[in-house]
Amino acid sequence: MSWLKQFFLRRRIYGDLSEEIREHLEEKIDELVAEGMSRKEATAAARRAFGNLTLTEEDSRNVWRWPSVQELLADVRYGLRALRHNLMFTAVALLTIAIGIGANAAVFSVVNSVLLKPLNYPNAEQLVSLHQIAPGAPGLADFENGLHLSASMYFTYAEHNRTFQSLGVWDTGTASVTGLAEPEQVRTVEVSDGVLQVLDVPPAVGRWLSEADQVPRGPQRVMLSYGYWQRRFGGDRSVVGRNITVDARPREVAGVTHKGFRLVDTDFDVMVPLAFDSSNLILAGFGFEGVARVKPRVTIAEANADLTRMLPIWMDSWTNGPGTNPHFYETWKITPMIRPLKREVIGNVSDVLWVVMGTIGLVMLVACANVTNLFLVRIEARQQELAVRAALGASRGRMVRGLLVESVMLGLLGGVLGAAFAYAGVHLLLAIGPANLPRLSEISPNARTLGFTLLLALLSGLLLGLIPALKYAGPRASLALRSGGRAASASRERHRARSILVVGQVAMALVLLVSAGLMIRTFQALRTVDPGFTDAQHLQVMRISIPAALVAQPEKVLRIQNQILEKLAATPGVKSAGLVSEMPMEGFDSDWDCIFAQDKIYPDNVMAPLYLYKYISPGFLQTAGTRLIAGREFTWSDVYGLRPVVMISENLAREMWGTPSAALGKQLREFSTMPWHEVIGVIQDVRERGLQDKAPEIVYWPPMMEYLFGRKTADTVRTETFVARSERAGTEGFLNEVRQAVWSVNSNLPLASVRTMQEVYDKSVSRTSFTLVMLGIAGAMALTLGIIGIYGVISYTVSQRKREIGIRLALGAQGGDVLQMVLKQGTKLALVGVVIGIGAAFGLTRLMANLLFGVTAHDPMTFAAVAALLVLVALLACYIPARRATLVDPIVALRYE
Amino acid sequence: MKKTEQRDLFPGALEMMILRILRRKPSHGYALVQHIKRTSHDLLQIEEGSLYPALQRLLKEELVKAEWGVSSTNRRVRIYRLTAAGAKHLEREVSSFERMLEGITRVLAPGES
Repeated sequence: MSWLKQFFLRRRIYGDLSEEIREHLEEKIDELVAEGMSRKEATAAARRAFGNLTLTEEDSRNVWRWPSVQELLADVRYGLRALRHNLMFTAVALLTIAIGIGANAAVFSVVNSVLLKPLNYPNAEQLVSLHQIAPGAPGLADFENGLHLSASMYFTYAEHNRTFQSLGVWDTGTASVTGLAEPEQVRTVEVSDGVLQVLDVPPAVGRWLSEADQVPRGPQRVMLSYGYWQRRFGGDRSVVGRNITVDARPREVAGVTHKGFRLVDTDFDVMVPLAFDSSNLILAGFGFEGVARVKPRVTIAEANADLTRMLPIWMDSWTNGPGTNPHFYETWKITPMIRPLKREVIGNVSDVLWVVMGTIGLVMLVACANVTNLFLVRIEARQQELAVRAALGASRGRMVRGLLVESVMLGLLGGVLGAAFAYAGVHLLLAIGPANLPRLSEISPNARTLGFTLLLALLSGLLLGLIPALKYAGPRASLALRSGGRAASASRERHRARSILVVGQVAMALVLLVSAGLMIRTFQALRTVDPGFTDAQHLQVMRISIPAALVAQPEKVLRIQNQILEKLAATPGVKSAGLVSEMPMEGFDSDWDCIFAQDKIYPDNVMAPLYLYKYISPGFLQTAGTRLIAGREFTWSDVYGLRPVVMISENLAREMWGTPSAALGKQLREFSTMPWHEVIGVIQDVRERGLQDKAPEIVYWPPMMEYLFGRKTADTVRTETFVARSERAGTEGFLNEVRQAVWSVNSNLPLASVRTMQEVYDKSVSRTSFTLVMLGIAGAMALTLGIIGIYGVISYTVSQRKREIGIRLALGAQGGDVLQMVLKQGTKLALVGVVIGIGAAFGLTRLMANLLFGVTAHDPMTFAAVAALLVLVALLACYIPARRATLVDPIVALRYE
Repeated sequence: MKKTEQRDLFPGALEMMILRILRRKPSHGYALVQHIKRTSHDLLQIEEGSLYPALQRLLKEELVKAEWGVSSTNRRVRIYRLTAAGAKHLEREVSSFERMLEGITRVLAPGES
């Protein structure tokens, strides 16, 4: 009979039962009366013969019942009493569990919010990023972030697709907002029509940008982000409809995005329409990220096929200008690789978060093992009590349940306390977490986190209680009663459970310490990498942009930049100043394009390898500490004179001509109508995208040149990173002087991304340092718990074997022998744990291979060092109890007998 | 502590006897008690009430089934009937009981110690 049926039948069963018993008594009474008894006597006699009526009925009912609630309540009361009885144990156990659960719940709530929860858009599973790769493109072939979309691609895709509900492209940038208070450089996102339709979320105030705003030379309204609206306008709703000056042009505010809104993973201040002019677009210009919403039930593969189908249409519909072959992009092998938008948003933190989650989980296991050990010790002390209960008729099941109830209560109490820890832990985690953690604003406890915490509390409670319960609630418990808890012969078996726990702890500690060790080695390896600049804490960087609406003439822009550099250099404490289109690791999008060398042969004369472009001023190399390998750097007269000169990175020089010096005097150009530029200098390789990524090949152009961005007339790069070297970098006083220096040249120029290179550097290694810190903490916790575990087991066995040791000493054993004996026992446990741990670590560290740099996941040195450390520490932990064993006084020990 | 068993019977003895009686003839609770008393010549002093928890256990394990009916003395009674599983169970129990009894008897037999 299934339990469900039982449940519904129970009422009827009980009814039948009562009636049946009543009938039974009636029959008996009738019979007795028939034999001549009075009815009163007969009733009494019948009842006597029947026995305890209530008890009978209850026992009969109990047959159908699950373990009764009453019994459970009794167990709970009993357990609480037991916990209260031994406050020290309870406090230690509770704290251990609470910290474990707290840490796990904290990490889980981050993992849940960042990795597991769907994105905060309606039907988020339909959202994709239009990622594509171009394995056939030479040079920059490994397009780190894929091949972005060009504006013409967007038009083709938007018009001809069959699988998308809507799609759009976007880009990030900066703009200066003037006319409010101080001029301010703000972070912008530029969006095409379609982007907001894809995301499908309502604005907080006003309305979204519409198709009308995308008309070239149209109204081109802007939207404000919630944060910028609050910060700059104090949340004033009347700002909608007002004009603000963006890049020296008045723009009407259409609306405000809702709180926490990010475009994919990008936080911004102002959203600007791209307003493409489709009449003069070319094929190239791969500068935009694409987002799309697929139609319901369309798979990624179908969407990819759709894009692939449209690529020839794209090449047929657009051109790069007369005389070019639009189909030459076929050689690039452009391949759509659409990804779920969530993956794009999460980026590379998922590795880190999962490693941290696994790590914290292991620590929890180690902690549970420790508390189980404590539990075992305590229950050993309570053996007599258990034996008495068994002798009084408590069933094995009931005893197991009693112990489990006790441990589960411990787990649940720990869970409640842990939830509080988790709350604090999340804040700590976010404070030390990787910089720019995606979906930060979405991190909050929710039902799933709560459920996880509860589950964890329950599981850990069960886990702690299971071994002691199974071990001590057995029928053998009666032995303890007889021997008064003094029996020593069973001790070997008694310790087996605890020894296994300790071995497990050592093994897990080893895994964690090896992981931490590998991260330390990674960090060491990173520190030896030359990033391409020196003495980062003394390098002050800032972004300054000079919009065309403010200063139209290119040469005037260069003059202003030059003046700013002079003013910066004249600021007290500044050694030198220079500018560059972006410093390494700053994370701004770089320019790139083809490079032709005069002495090389190219098929078609249109195809050439692609390289990164940077634009640097005279004095930049010396300021940043970037070494000049060969030749000379630009001079101001080179720049003002628009001389056709260029510099290249060392790896590019080696790739093209074998040695840096061989590159000098060679001629380069971007496209056939551009004059040849002479290579005048070779610059050391720089880690443009972070220490872990190999240095890319780079072409360095002057900041003002003819044919810049393909235009024939001279132009100047308008947004540059200004770099100043000073001992005072980063101090408030210095920054004020720097601002004044800039504004003394032009008071309408905002400064953005004002940082020292140290901050940029730290941010770029933050993923590594965060993992290192987390693994370090976890490793230290596991090590400490492991030591306590070994110490506990060894000192317990020593106290149990006091008599045996006494006899040994009495029979002439030396202190040294006893010491050795105890140490041997401890070492054996540690060694077994280490061997198992090495095996486990060998398998597990592979999972963190993505986070490592300059060291393999199976680095023998780390493994050996950690193993040696653990054995050594284990020996130390055993030494104290071993020492105590040698001090056993044989007389005292034996007198106990 | 278990309170259900009569201490002078070993666990399961009552159930075994009930099943045995029911195999011969479906009966109600009172008749079962009377039958046990009569056939054991009052050697087995069982509380009449202890029958009912035993019957419930048998019901739960589906070794017997019960339905309301009318007894020979024209009373409304709940009549228990052996199921196929009950018959099989009885066979097993009896044979294992006999083995046990034989063992105990041999040990208790005089002369060989």
